[in-house]
Order: sequence, then C-alpha cells, then structure tokens
Amino acid sequence: MSKLTYLCPINQDYQHMLIPPRDGFGEGLVEAGKRDKKVVALCGDLVESVRMQPFATAFPDRYIEVGVAEQNMAGIAAGLSFTDHTPFMASYAVFTPGRNWDQIRVSICYSQANVKIVGAHAGISVGPDGATHQALEDIAITRVLPNLTVIVPTDSIEAKKATLALAGHRGPAYIRFGREKNPVVTTEKTPFIIGRALKILSGHDVTIIACGQMVARAIMAAEKLQKELSVGVINLHTIKPIDKAAIVEAAKQSGAIVTAEEHQINGGLGGAVAEVLAEEHPVPMIRIGVRDRFGESGEPNVLMDHYGLGVDDLITAVKQVNQRKKHAR
Amino acid sequence: MTTKELELTANSIRQTIIEMLLEAGSGHSAGPLGMADVFTALYFEVLNGKPDQPTWPDRDRLVLSCGHICPVLYAALAYRGYFPRSELKTLRQFGSRLAGHPHNLDLPGIETSSGPLGQGLSQAIGMALGARMGDKKWRTYAILSDGEHDEGQLWEAVLFAGKNKLHNLTAIVDRNNIQIDGFTEDVMPLEPLADKYRAFNWYVLEVDGHNFEEIIAALRHARAVFEKPTVIIAHTIPGKGVDFMENDYHWHGKPPKTEEAQKALRELRTLRGKIRSEHE
Repeated sequence: MSKLTYLCPINQDYQHMLIPPRDGFGEGLVEAGKRDKKVVALCGDLVESVRMQPFATAFPDRYIEVGVAEQNMAGIAAGLSFTDHTPFMASYAVFTPGRNWDQIRVSICYSQANVKIVGAHAGISVGPDGATHQALEDIAITRVLPNLTVIVPTDSIEAKKATLALAGHRGPAYIRFGREKNPVVTTEKTPFIIGRALKILSGHDVTIIACGQMVARAIMAAEKLQKELSVGVINLHTIKPIDKAAIVEAAKQSGAIVTAEEHQINGGLGGAVAEVLAEEHPVPMIRIGVRDRFGESGEPNVLMDHYGLGVDDLITAVKQVNQRKKHAR
Repeated sequence: MTTKELELTANSIRQTIIEMLLEAGSGHSAGPLGMADVFTALYFEVLNGKPDQPTWPDRDRLVLSCGHICPVLYAALAYRGYFPRSELKTLRQFGSRLAGHPHNLDLPGIETSSGPLGQGLSQAIGMALGARMGDKKWRTYAILSDGEHDEGQLWEAVLFAGKNKLHNLTAIVDRNNIQIDGFTEDVMPLEPLADKYRAFNWYVLEVDGHNFEEIIAALRHARAVFEKPTVIIAHTIPGKGVDFMENDYHWHGKPPKTEEAQKALRELRTLRGKIRSEHE
C-alpha cells in the first residue's frame, strides 16, 4: 500500500517483524564485550529480563551481580569507570534512574563517570505489572542532568547500534527501552549517530517527531494519511543532546509538529521539542503521550490505546494541528 | 615521620582548617578537626601516591564519602604537595578549585565527587573491584562518617563488599558520635557498630583516632587481612584540639567567627598553653 518515499533505509515489512528492543541491547552488549575488554556489566537481580544473561555467560569475570540495590550499583559503576572500565548498569527504568537519581547525579554525571545506565521495561507497555513498574518519567528526570546523553532506540536493531555506539562514547549516558516485542523499523543499513535525528519521511503539512516504538506508529499514521496530508516522520532517538537543526528544519518545512512518546507528556521528548521550538521557531504543536497520570494493569496494546498512544490518536493529532496551523497568526 | 612530627603536622593542619573556615565564612568545623590525625597518618605514612603525578595509575585511592569534612582533605593534600598551600584560603569561594564539597574534576588528588551522604563506599567498592579485575596491587580507602550510616545505600555497599571479599578495600569510620541534629545515639543509634560490620563479614579494628601509633598500625594490619574488607572504627573527638568545640554537636556545621578563630588558633599554637606561641 505504501507509496511513500523514505529518506533512509527502512524495513518495508516492519508491521510484521516484531522483536523486543531489549534483545538488540543484549546482542549489542555481547558484541561490545568482544570488541573491548574494558566493557563490564552490572545488574540488579534482573539479569535475564534486562537481557544481560548472554554477556554474563560470555564474560563471567566481567559481570557483576549487585542484588536489588540500584543506589549501590550506580556508585560501584562510577568507581569502576575511574579504573578505566566502561560499565553498563541495568535494571528496570523505574529503578534506575527512578530509584537512584541522586547517585546518578553526583557519583556519575557531576563526576563525568563513563557509565552507561540502562533502563529496561520502560513505558506503559510493561502492561500487567501495573503503574509502579511503568516508567513514564525517566526521560524527564534524566534529560535535565548536565553531561548525560539520553537515548531511546526505536527497535531492536537500533538498540544494538546504540549500545555499540555508547560503548565507544566517552561520558555518562542513559538508554531506555520497553519490554514488549515491537515493530523493527530500521535495517542494518539505517544510519545511527548519537545526537543526529533520523529523518524517515519528509512532510509539507505536519511532521511527527517520535521516539521508541512510537516511531513505527508515526509511520503507520503517515501512511494512512498519505492521500489527504503530507506527513513527515523523524525518529528522535537521542533526546539529549537534542538535534535542534533537524527540529527547526521540520518546523519550517511543515509549519506544525506532533510529538509522540511512551512517556508522560510533560518533561520528555515533547517537552524537549517544545523548548527548542519556543525559542527557535514557534509553530503549532500537539504532544502525544500519557497525559499526566499514572498507568494501570492491562495488556500492552489495550493500555497503549486507552492512554492515547494509538495510531488513531496520532492521526487525530495530525489533523488537529494542521487545522490549527491555518488559524495561526 | 616520627610520631612527634606527625603530631606537629596534624596541629598545623588544624590551624589551617580554622583559617580556611574563617575566610570562607561557612563550612563544617568539628569533623575536619576531629579527622586531622587520621588524614595526616594516611597522607604522610600510608597512602602510596605521587603529588607531582596525581593520576599515577598505581596510586592508592582515597574516597572521601562524607564530603562535608573536605577542609581536612584539602589541607592534607596541600601539605603533601598536591597543590599550593596558598590556594587553601579560597575554600568555597567563586572560581576556586576548593568547592564546598569535593569535586573530582576540580583539584588534583580528589578521586570522586561527594556531599550527599552514603555514596562514597559504593564508589570505593567500584575502584577496589576495578583493581581486582585488572590485577592491580593498589588499595582503596574510604572515609565514612558515623552519621552517614543512617543511609540505606551505605548498607547496600557493606553487604556487597562482604559478599565479594574485597580485601583490597579499607573503610575508616569517623566515630565522633555527632551529626547535625545531635548525638548519633539520639538521632539514630548505630551501636553495636562493630558487631554490625562483623555480621556483614567485615574484619573490624577499633582505634583511638588521635593516637598515631594505633592508627598507622591498624592501617598496616588491614593490608594483611585476607578475603575480607576491613573497617577501622576510629574513635575521634569532634572539634579535637579546640576546647570549646570538642564534643559539642553545634560545631558540626558552622565555622568559627573571628574572635572564636583567634581563640582556637591560640589554643592550637600553644598546645593548650603548654608552650609559648611565636605569635604571642
């Protein structure tokens, strides 16, 4: 059905190829470990579900079980980085950075410790575990920290690339991804550069700027709307440092922006994009995300729809913001 | 150094601390004075380091977890030659390298950043693990306050070090019995502290934190302990050397005013009236 022209290599069969992004992280970490002996891994009693088991099996001497102690894990990771190691420390995003924010702030970011923080099971799609385990604030609390790079890969292939890129990147970083299988949008050939937004579709009417699994939904929305509106899609996988030029260019080209993230609408990707636009090139904008409330238990797709993160929600937002554009000024 | 020389060095460091705090107009008095002997022992007798090469890879690491007592760390580093003593009076000033709480990127000889309590033992454990993974012989020392044992993170770290038998790690607890709101045993009782550490599989030594022979013997003893991390509980007098500050928790978090500083300096210079000061 698609006649859209993609600006980068995209997996045309993305709607049917479903893989959890954490699998890509797990593969990337093993690969990073093979390439560089300095890479070490720490985990807080969740080795299988955060996909650190392959690394722990391949490099038992470089895997450190910390127990359910995320604050201690952050400090140990910082100390290891000062002995010329590159630690990846993982737990669920609600626990790291949720439980250990001060340790991340002081022991890691202020100290410029070369630690890679891994927040797994992020977003509402964690599902049945309920609100306590659905990290919807982690982007907001990490992107305010000086020195910290914040990355939200869209799929397993990008998660692997991001993991490898972070292993070679100097400085503190946070990477977050969800638990569930989600569409694999990118291919091995799709570029990934930290800090550079990935332009997937160009649009004259509205551009959707998305991260994580919302990128696939944004592409679906653009495809469904293609007969009536020209909709651009940007995968803003790096929330910080933010690619201002790409955001401003999209605002100039489309004149209206929709942001989409599996996170609270306040303080996350939408907030970051709004900050750029307000100062550089204000245009009508609608943020898609969880609207300042806690989640609940339920199946992932039921929750995604209920909390306004469905493809139809994106389509409605695109139409609304396009209307608003006509009334602006 | 002889014990006498160490005592005189510690006394000079105490005077410097008073001068630094007076100049800064804010900061903590009791802790730095109480730990002057332990820091002197560490920097002049125990730690393997090169002041002219502060990032020498084989140096012993010292992590100050209770960052608020940093005036004693700064003074010891300057006396040891890590940076000019003339810089000490810039403590807490705008543009100074001597921040109110230590920052690893600012000053030679500072290994980590600290201030929020409870973080330093974890940082030190990471270094000790890193040394073990890299087959390095250097040791890691962590300075902890007693009050920060209220923090949960500290006990996460104590559990971890015990499990991992980090015998290249020595923690030194400044057991001065005070914290901001009062005596530790009133705010949140810690005793029996030694038994707690033993129960977490640590090797425990207790010393008089103002007796150089005891301090140095314990620090050397810890090097010979196998398959356990060592904690040295150093019993110290907060405000040590200044009569009106000793054992008074009100001096935990404030600096002396001009007259108080003069009184304190006179007392330190005359060794409590035992000798005549050249300044008199």
